Amino acid sequence: MTSNLKLKFLAIFVIIVGCIYGIIGIPTSTAEMAANWNKNIHLGLDLKGGSQLVLQVQIQDAFKAEADTVIQRLKDQLGKSNIQYVDMQRNDPPTIQSADSIQIDVKGIPATSAGNFRQTVNDTFGGVWNLTPVNQTDYRLTMKPTEALKLRADTLTQSKNTIEKKINALGLAESSVQERGRSSAEAELLVQLPGVDDPARIKQILKTAAMLELYEVVGGPWASRDEALSSKGGVLPLNSQLVGAPARGGAPAEVYLLARTPVITGRDLRNASPSQDQNSRWVTSFVLTQDAAKRFERFTAANINNRLAIVLDKNVLSAPTIQSKISDTGQITGANSYEEASDLALNLRAGSLPASVEYLEERTVGPSLGADSIRAGVISGIAGVIAVVVVMLLYYKKSGVNATLALVLNALILIAALSYFGAVLTLPGIAGVILTIGMAVDSNVLIFERIREELRSGKAVIAAVDAGFSKAFLTIIDTHVTTVVSCAFLFLFGTGPVKGFAVTLVIGLIANVFTAVFVSKAIFDWEFGRQQKVLALSI
Amino acid sequence: MQLFNNTHYDFLGTKWPFIIASLILTAAGLVSIVVKGGPKYGIDFAGGAVMYLRFNQEPPVDQIRAALESKIQGEVSVQQITGAPEVLVGTQIKDEKELNVNRQVIEDTLRSTFGAGGGKLDLNNASGDQLASKLREPLLQAAVAMSEQELQTVVKAIADFRASKGGLLTSLDQLSGVPGVTPQVLNAIKQECALGPFTILSAEVVGPKVGRDLQKQAILATLYALAGMLVYIALRFEWIYGVAAVVAVLHDTILTLGLFSLFNKEISLTVVAALLTLVGYSMNDTIVVFDRIRENLRSMRRESLPEIINLSVNQTLSRTILTSGLTLLTALSLWLFGGQVLNGFAFALVVGIIVGTYSSIYIASPILLFSQNVLERKRGTKQTPAVSVKQAASSPAGGGRKAVRS
Repeated sequence: MTSNLKLKFLAIFVIIVGCIYGIIGIPTSTAEMAANWNKNIHLGLDLKGGSQLVLQVQIQDAFKAEADTVIQRLKDQLGKSNIQYVDMQRNDPPTIQSADSIQIDVKGIPATSAGNFRQTVNDTFGGVWNLTPVNQTDYRLTMKPTEALKLRADTLTQSKNTIEKKINALGLAESSVQERGRSSAEAELLVQLPGVDDPARIKQILKTAAMLELYEVVGGPWASRDEALSSKGGVLPLNSQLVGAPARGGAPAEVYLLARTPVITGRDLRNASPSQDQNSRWVTSFVLTQDAAKRFERFTAANINNRLAIVLDKNVLSAPTIQSKISDTGQITGANSYEEASDLALNLRAGSLPASVEYLEERTVGPSLGADSIRAGVISGIAGVIAVVVVMLLYYKKSGVNATLALVLNALILIAALSYFGAVLTLPGIAGVILTIGMAVDSNVLIFERIREELRSGKAVIAAVDAGFSKAFLTIIDTHVTTVVSCAFLFLFGTGPVKGFAVTLVIGLIANVFTAVFVSKAIFDWEFGRQQKVLALSI
Repeated sequence: MQLFNNTHYDFLGTKWPFIIASLILTAAGLVSIVVKGGPKYGIDFAGGAVMYLRFNQEPPVDQIRAALESKIQGEVSVQQITGAPEVLVGTQIKDEKELNVNRQVIEDTLRSTFGAGGGKLDLNNASGDQLASKLREPLLQAAVAMSEQELQTVVKAIADFRASKGGLLTSLDQLSGVPGVTPQVLNAIKQECALGPFTILSAEVVGPKVGRDLQKQAILATLYALAGMLVYIALRFEWIYGVAAVVAVLHDTILTLGLFSLFNKEISLTVVAALLTLVGYSMNDTIVVFDRIRENLRSMRRESLPEIINLSVNQTLSRTILTSGLTLLTALSLWLFGGQVLNGFAFALVVGIIVGTYSSIYIASPILLFSQNVLERKRGTKQTPAVSVKQAASSPAGGGRKAVRS
């Protein structure tokens, strides 16, 4: 063997070992080999079974909430600085795209306070909002484009993190949350839940905002809003709000008059967990942070025998009377089962989403169907490969062995590359594998047919093989580069499945040029090197 | 063994019947698409809900349809899979808001119509969570010593066992062999659960908005990919080669889409992947032929273009037949053994490989010839051998941009 050829075989050997290592590691037992295989080869949900949800974060909610906070703070500020105003309203952007158009209209600022007003607004909100006068007394606040962009990104990231927390708290292994779509402007999140065949409960958990607030009860309860209003003479007392309690467990719906600012909010929670009360009913217990505990202790000490409303997602859950001083723990009652109590605890721990979410897509593949698909894919794959190998061996005799080796090595490299890149094998990915096998066969056929032609034209064996390889090489490059070019576009402009197809195909094509041209040629050279005089070729 | 050795078929001489057949088939497909109001999109693109159910007996298709139609507005399709006790239930979704409702309504309707009944949990359709929460109380009451962890393990083992039985159990006694299922546990299961006659193999719900986006993106990606290939071939060969190859590929795609419409098959995301695969195959095939034409144009100065094209197709014929035959074998095995999920995909591949091979010979090559004839007529030089190829083909981008006429 020449040293050049030795180097070639060394390279081939190293690649084979690297591939095998990438696929099954260095196993010491068959069980470990299977475990490594399962760890390295990532199957898509369509093969493995599980659920996939696509949800869209309603970014405009965060913009509205931000504007509401600004309005609240500005009202406070103006009150402190003795600046009069007639009205302060925000608009209501209906879609994610129009979220940036959020604006706050401030009406009726007296001309005499104009300078003072501008000063106040610019000092407090100038970093985020632009103030423009509409006329002599009215002003408009609009969000700076850079800040709007930031708020968009923040809302999406925060939603993603909260959803991740919720899912992790459920103990779902291998689940993932990713941003989807080409730009964050679409605000889509892809939630993948392997092994979950009934996503209804998870959807409920993800959708629940779980915004917990504890308020002082100022009045009520009444049976309806109208009744509450009329009992107060049609005008609500300052700093109060009406909040409803939906009908539950036989109790009719009620309306409470609560203080405007909460004593405790969800942010003050340190922990939450399901537990059972003295009547062995399921409840959700929560523990407050140190700061909040002090505040809560002062508040409860001062309000013994008054009522405290526990409000979840803007609904009064219960309004117990404060019996004694409470410091850092509380209970939320009313769960119908362990699951309900534990789901609420989970939601309280994970915090609330900065914006509501809408479901766009939901796919579930049961475990038996996934297994069916894998079995079908493997059976048809093996049947296909056997057919190809048999025909190659019949048609090209000993040279067919070359092609078979190249084909096997090609498959090996492809699987190893998928494992090294952590790529996920899905059904469309299998399409990519099949096209790869097709093109691998084609490369070999192209080369062998070319060699036969050269032999027919009277060339000696070695010269014919060399010519066959070099002439077919140009064609192989043309066909492969064309396909790679198209894959690049598919990858750039396609979505999930189409991308997976493109990635698998490109890896397969590169492996193919290597196996069909480099490896196959090396085997021929080795074959010739063993013979004294090469007179005939089995092709 | 050698087939098609040294053949001399006159492919270009017989091109007309084939081109006419192509046109007729393409037209038939297009007419079918137009008559049916556009291609038949699956829920990936059109939006909707599809549930794939397996029954343990002959599925009561009419009963399912009647039950669902009473609960769901709009069109409900119930389609039985040939040769299996399986059905696909589909509904349309017009608005994102229906998304959350629809799957639940279908499930609930099926359960109340065919479910286990008697307030018991249908074990053929219960998730692990549901089973665990159903068993907790009875196990406590029966004083079975079991930790939450052990319960979860048993529930998981039961779910795995069920999956290995194709998702359907026929009798609760089957569970007695599952690790962890003691007689007491089995008793609790028997007390709380029953077996319904069906299981949900998969459920997909796609909102129309996502569908529209996917549709747009798939079409755009394909068009960009075609444009990219056209430019590359134009650089390596000449513009007309790129155009011919792309026209041939478009022909294949349209023909396949037409056949999908004629056979009433749905276009889903996996079918799009198959269409992309067929674009790849067809392009590959065309380039192999073109490569040979280019090579022969360089070495043979005396022959006319039709002669050279015919020769090139003949020279590559044995490769074409062998490659296409082998890949067709792979695709056929996928079609035969690939199961319901891969059916549309494999169908597109089988059709695509046949059409793609044929189009290289009877669509792409004739286009080269036509363009040549048109050029000649313009220039009025009839006797010059119609050869137009870059001399420096090995240096694709460099060298003279102008075609050198020999």
